[in-house]
Amino acid sequence: MNRLLILGTAFAALFVTPALAQEPNKLLNASYDIAREIFAAENEAFIKSHPGVTIDQSHAGTSKQARSIVEGLEADVVTFNQVTDVEFLVKQGFVSADWQKAFPNNASPFYSFPSFLVRAGNPKNIKDWSDLARDDVHAVFPNPKTSGNARYTYLAAYAWAKEAYGGDEEKIEAFIAKIFDNVPVFDTGGRAATTTFVERETGDVLITFEAETRSIVKQYGADKVESVIPSVSLLAEFPVAVVDKVAKKHGSETLAKSYLDFLYSEDGQRIAAEFGHRVHNDKVVAEFKDEFPEIRLVNVDDVFGGWSKIQTEHFSSGGTLDKLYGSR
Amino acid sequence: MSAIATRRKPPRIGDGPVFRRSLIGVVLVLVAILILAPLIIIGVEAFSKGWQVYRDTIAHPDTRHAIMLTVLTALVAVPVNTAFGIAAAWAITKFDFWGRRFLLVVIEIPFSISPIVAGVAYLFVYGLQGIFGPVLDAYGIKILFAIPGIILASMFVTAPFVARELIPLMQAQGRDLEEAATSLGASGWRTFFAVTLPNVKWALLYGVVLCNARVMGEFGAVSVVSGNIRGQTNTLPLHIELLYHDYQAAGAFASASILALIAVFTIIAKVALERQGAGRVRPRAPEAANLAEKAS
Repeated sequence: MNRLLILGTAFAALFVTPALAQEPNKLLNASYDIAREIFAAENEAFIKSHPGVTIDQSHAGTSKQARSIVEGLEADVVTFNQVTDVEFLVKQGFVSADWQKAFPNNASPFYSFPSFLVRAGNPKNIKDWSDLARDDVHAVFPNPKTSGNARYTYLAAYAWAKEAYGGDEEKIEAFIAKIFDNVPVFDTGGRAATTTFVERETGDVLITFEAETRSIVKQYGADKVESVIPSVSLLAEFPVAVVDKVAKKHGSETLAKSYLDFLYSEDGQRIAAEFGHRVHNDKVVAEFKDEFPEIRLVNVDDVFGGWSKIQTEHFSSGGTLDKLYGSR
Repeated sequence: MSAIATRRKPPRIGDGPVFRRSLIGVVLVLVAILILAPLIIIGVEAFSKGWQVYRDTIAHPDTRHAIMLTVLTALVAVPVNTAFGIAAAWAITKFDFWGRRFLLVVIEIPFSISPIVAGVAYLFVYGLQGIFGPVLDAYGIKILFAIPGIILASMFVTAPFVARELIPLMQAQGRDLEEAATSLGASGWRTFFAVTLPNVKWALLYGVVLCNARVMGEFGAVSVVSGNIRGQTNTLPLHIELLYHDYQAAGAFASASILALIAVFTIIAKVALERQGAGRVRPRAPEAANLAEKAS
C-alpha cells in the first residue's frame, strides 16, 4: 500500500497575488456605511476636475474601517462619521496627531446633528427633547451600546437636559432614564431603527441625524413622515483625514490632500448639502437657506469636555450610560 | 389469536387520518411561512420599483463585479474543498493512523465556530498587527482586504461540508471492497476511482452543492477580511447589505434575487445530475462485486 496515500490530505493552496504597485492617480477612501451615494456623487465631480484619477470606495461601520486600516486595508483617506475612530488611527500611528488642524472646521467638511422624524402631521405634537419624556411618547433609536448614531442621540438629550435642569445630575439622569423607559425596541443600528419606525410603524418619533431624516422623508414620502427640528442639538462632525502612513507608501499625499480639499470647495459643499448635510461654504449655505431651518448647536468639547472624557464618564462599562440603560 | 393480534396491532404514531393530515398541514404551513414567503418577497421586492430599476441594478458595474467575484470565489473554493473533503474522508474512514480522531474533530471546527470568529482569526494571522502580516507586507503580498483573503475565509468556513457528507456514509460502507480490490492487486488510485468514489458519488454531489451554496452566501467571515471596497472586494452578500443600508431596498432585493437564482440553479443542476445518473448507479455496484468475487 502506498503510504503516501494515507497522507493524501490536500491542503488548501494559498492564492497569492503581489500587490499591484499603486499609481499615484488612485485613492482609496474608507468611509462610513451609509455614505455610498454621497461619495459616488462627490467622486464623480472630483474626477471631472482631475481627469484620469480613480477613487475607490470602501464602506462599513467606521470602527470596523479603522480596525481594518490598522490591519492592512490601504486607505489613503478616511471620511468617517465618528471622531473617536480617527483618534484610534492616531493612536496606532496611521494619522498624525494634529489632523484636526490639517483642514478647516476641525477637519469636518460637513456636519449634522440628532434630529426628530415624526409621523405626518405630527399627531403627538412632538417639538423638543422635553416631549420625549412624556408618558404617551415612545421614541425609537438604536441601542447606544452598539450604535454611534444612538450615542449622539444620548449625548444630545443629555446636553439639552444639562441646560434645562441647570446641571442637576439627578434630574438629568431621571430624564434620560424616562426616555429609555419609553423606547419600545432597541435595534442594533440606524437602518434597523428606521425600519422599525417607518415600516413596522412602531413608536412616535425616530431620532437620528438630520441628514438621515431628510433621506428617509425622500425615500418614504412626505405623506408618511416629516422632519421636526428640536430647539437645540449636538454638533455631529464628519471628520476627514489623510492616512499618512498609507499615503506615504503610495506616494499619494498630494492627491489625497486635494481630494479632501475638494470636499470644502463650493461644488463639493453643494453636493453634501444636496444629500442633507449642513455645510460651511457661505454661498452654498445661502442657496440652501430654506431647506435647513436654523438650530442652535452645542459641541462635545464645550458640554462634555471632549470625547475621551465622554468615553470614561459615559460609555465605559459601568459608566452613566450603563447605569441608565440598565435601569430600564 | 393471531388474527386478533394483527387486527388490533398497537397504533403507530401518525396512523390516524386526523393526525396525519394535521401533521402534513403543519409542515406545509411552516414551509410556506419560513421558506416560501421570504423567497417570494425577494422576487416581489426586487421588481417593486419596476423592471427598469431591476435592470439598472444588475447592469451596474459594482453589482456585476460582485457577481463575478462571488462566482470566482466559488470556482476556487469549491474544487479545493471538494478535493480536501474527499481526501480527508478517505484518510479517516479507510485507514487507521495516529491522530485520526483528532483530525475528525479538527475538520468539524469550522462548523461549530461562528464565521465572524473565523474572520477575526484571519485578521490576527494575516493582518498587519498579526503573525505573518508584517512579513507579507514587506514582500508586497496582499492577502487581507483583497481577493485571496476572501477566498481563504470562504474556504475555511466551508471546509467541512464535503467531508461531513462523505464520512458517515464511508464509515457505514466499511473497508471490505477496498480491501478486496487491494488484495487483487489494484493500485491505490485504481481502488479509489473504481471502488470508493462510485460508492459515494451522490453524497459527494450533495456535499459539493451545500459547499457551493455556503461559499456564495458566506457573509460573516468575508465581511471581516474583505475591506468592503466597491468594485474590488465586495462579494454579492456584502453588496446586498451595502445597498440595503443605503435605502436602496429594491436594488438590494434585485441583487438578492440573483443570489437566490444561482442557488436555485445549483439545486436544479443537482437534481438533473441525480436523475441522469440514476440509471447508472446499478451497473457500478456489480463491478465492485465482481472484483470481490474474483478475489474469492
